Amino acid sequence: MYKYDNYDQEMVYTRVAEFRDQVERRIAGKLTEDQFKPLRLMNGLYLQLHAYMLRVAVPYGTLNSEQMRMLAHIARKYDRDYGHFTTRQNIQYNWIKLEDAPDILADLATVEMHAIQTSGNCIRNISSDQYAGAAADELVDPRPYAELLRQWSSFHPEFSFLPRKFKFAVIASDEDRAAMRLHDIGIQMVEQDGAIGARYYAGGGMGRTPMIGPLIRDFVPVADLVSYAEAILRVYNRYGRRDNKYKARIKILVHEMGAEKFIEEVEAEFAHLQGQNIDAPAAELERIKGYFEDPAFETGLSDEIDRSDPDFAVWLDQNVHTHKQPGYAIAVISLKPTGGIPGDASSAQMELMADLAERYSFDECRVTHSQNIVLPHVRKQDLHAIWQKLVEAEFASPNLDLISDIIACPGLDYCSLANARSIPVAQKIAQRFKEIDRQKELGELKLKISGCINACGHHHAGHIGILGVDRKGTENYQLLLGGSGAEDVSLAKITGPGFDEDGIVDAVEKVTDVYVAEREDGERFLDTYRRVGMDRFKEALYG
Amino acid sequence: MKILTGNDLKTGDVVWWTGYDWSRHVSDAVPVYDNVTDVIAREIAKRAVSDCYTVEAEKTDDGVLPIHIKEKIRATGPTVRPDLKISPPDPAAGNWVI
Amino acid sequence: MDNLLRFRDDEAHEEPAVTLDGFLDQSNATAVRLEDGEDARQLLPFLDRLALIEIGFSAFGDGRGYSAARILREHGFDGEIRAQGDVLIDQIAFMRRCGFDSFSPETPLDPGDAEKALARWNHVYQHAADDRQPIWNKRHGQ
Repeated sequence: MYKYDNYDQEMVYTRVAEFRDQVERRIAGKLTEDQFKPLRLMNGLYLQLHAYMLRVAVPYGTLNSEQMRMLAHIARKYDRDYGHFTTRQNIQYNWIKLEDAPDILADLATVEMHAIQTSGNCIRNISSDQYAGAAADELVDPRPYAELLRQWSSFHPEFSFLPRKFKFAVIASDEDRAAMRLHDIGIQMVEQDGAIGARYYAGGGMGRTPMIGPLIRDFVPVADLVSYAEAILRVYNRYGRRDNKYKARIKILVHEMGAEKFIEEVEAEFAHLQGQNIDAPAAELERIKGYFEDPAFETGLSDEIDRSDPDFAVWLDQNVHTHKQPGYAIAVISLKPTGGIPGDASSAQMELMADLAERYSFDECRVTHSQNIVLPHVRKQDLHAIWQKLVEAEFASPNLDLISDIIACPGLDYCSLANARSIPVAQKIAQRFKEIDRQKELGELKLKISGCINACGHHHAGHIGILGVDRKGTENYQLLLGGSGAEDVSLAKITGPGFDEDGIVDAVEKVTDVYVAEREDGERFLDTYRRVGMDRFKEALYG
Repeated sequence: MKILTGNDLKTGDVVWWTGYDWSRHVSDAVPVYDNVTDVIAREIAKRAVSDCYTVEAEKTDDGVLPIHIKEKIRATGPTVRPDLKISPPDPAAGNWVI
Repeated sequence: MDNLLRFRDDEAHEEPAVTLDGFLDQSNATAVRLEDGEDARQLLPFLDRLALIEIGFSAFGDGRGYSAARILREHGFDGEIRAQGDVLIDQIAFMRRCGFDSFSPETPLDPGDAEKALARWNHVYQHAADDRQPIWNKRHGQ
């Protein structure tokens, strides 16, 4: 994985010093809250429902064991012994003191971590495929390109006061595990005439106006990867709406301008930027790629796995993914125990994950946008030992991509923007479907819950989505069906009138009953929905 | 009735106006009236709190609590972590919300 | 102009800046002011005879002026580009990188604080309107 050199390290330390100075000026009264707010946000520090919240960046979701242990240390020393892994592949802490924040950033900097641009109207942490470098189906590892964009976008002088936040995702396989087209810019690395380049999409997003990003350019040569991004960002910075924060994302600009006109503007800006020396030297990409070379995989390992322990076999079938290297597998640790809080992990659990990564996965783990943790490179012969350690820690839920593998935003329990709680709904649904056989019978079913229309819980992209709303001071939940954040991307549609907290759990059960009754061979919930249509489900829900 | 709340500037703690100071416990909150704007301006100016505003509240068996669910959760802590309840200290006190 | 912080060797330009519309109408003014969101590219035919382009920031969070300044520099403008309005200490380093070389903030900046803010970053990650080499060039001896 990427390793800082002295330059990267100095940049992070400088940022810590700068933020320490800004915090001191705020506490001394030299900055008003209005002036301080964008500065703290650019360091990931929010004022949330209960306290300050700190969001720490995990670039493209990749962590080593030392970093994971540092996350545990932060939880223990400065917070209440836990953290929350987010749909941006980051982690956030809920109980941070402003006066501790500079020290936390200093601690993070010692392990090449930071909270830079994890909030604010700037280019946010760049996300990627959680199986990058391990998946059998990838063209190349997308992370070197994400790293190049990370460097370019860090402290970007022109794009730090954009109309609104800006999110990139970079993938390099046809299977989309990163909801790429639901990003402000989505990039798929592709091959054309033997050369690697970037297919650019722009103007996707969730939030209150969900949109699937249209194709902007089919192939941008790698040599122009950065300048093409610069062109898009400049068009957005100049023309994106600033009169209404709910219409300020690039998706609205692309939509209102029309994709064709938008592309024209971007191409004109891109043409202008030629010769401005925007792109990195080719040697830089090669340098970065050097950090993402395959670890020293053993050869000649057996692909045989002893499946005699039935509980292990269940976990194996559900939470283990095909690896490109014979004898190896990708193992996913579910952060969705029945009745637990989706994405939360205690410091002890983080340390266990760090230990497992160090011992079994070439010192590497990944955060997924569905709030789980991946051990990307494990020997198949070690899977049983890993599973046993997870079982001991009650951390071996075999529910990846099943109905209880719920994405949920923090909701009204933690978030000052929320209208309704998300976590209790996730817990009740997980309880209702707690029998693993029942979940497996329902197959792949992506259930995603947001506590407000900002859609941090990706409800638009759920096979089943749930949106919490405030109805005259009480929590109410709308049900959505038919979304997908994968390569078959689609936006979910609302079924009809909302439900109360128990009603929504019943409603979820009813739609799964319809699926079971209607499905044809091999169909997932989503496939059946797409084939039979909304009416059949509405009928069951509303009679 | 209305009570006054804010977040402690340095710690971020949710705090409630007691008539002369700030408390972490909503049960210490006192009703405030129209003249509260002076208190708000003064407390922000002296950087005791990063922001502050009034919320509708009522007297309950558990003492003073905000009426709206968001402020209620803000006052008492996340409903899904009863171990982190701020106040009232009774661990069952969050049951109203479930 | 007590609030003026200037990073140029030439004399400060005295002539008041005219509005973009006024300038485009008929003016032979040598100083012009762009408000947030006005198109800097409309000035491109006239860069040779402009000495000062003032870019207004009605609110510090409106970042359009950064693009405006950079575009002017990319087209070779070497006169003064002044940031005027809601210009804060924590923004001036970014503004300098985008080509601003003077600041006229509504609320005066402490010159010591400004110096500190501008000296803080020894390295930069990306190319901009200044002549600083990005880290990725330095790494490869460029």
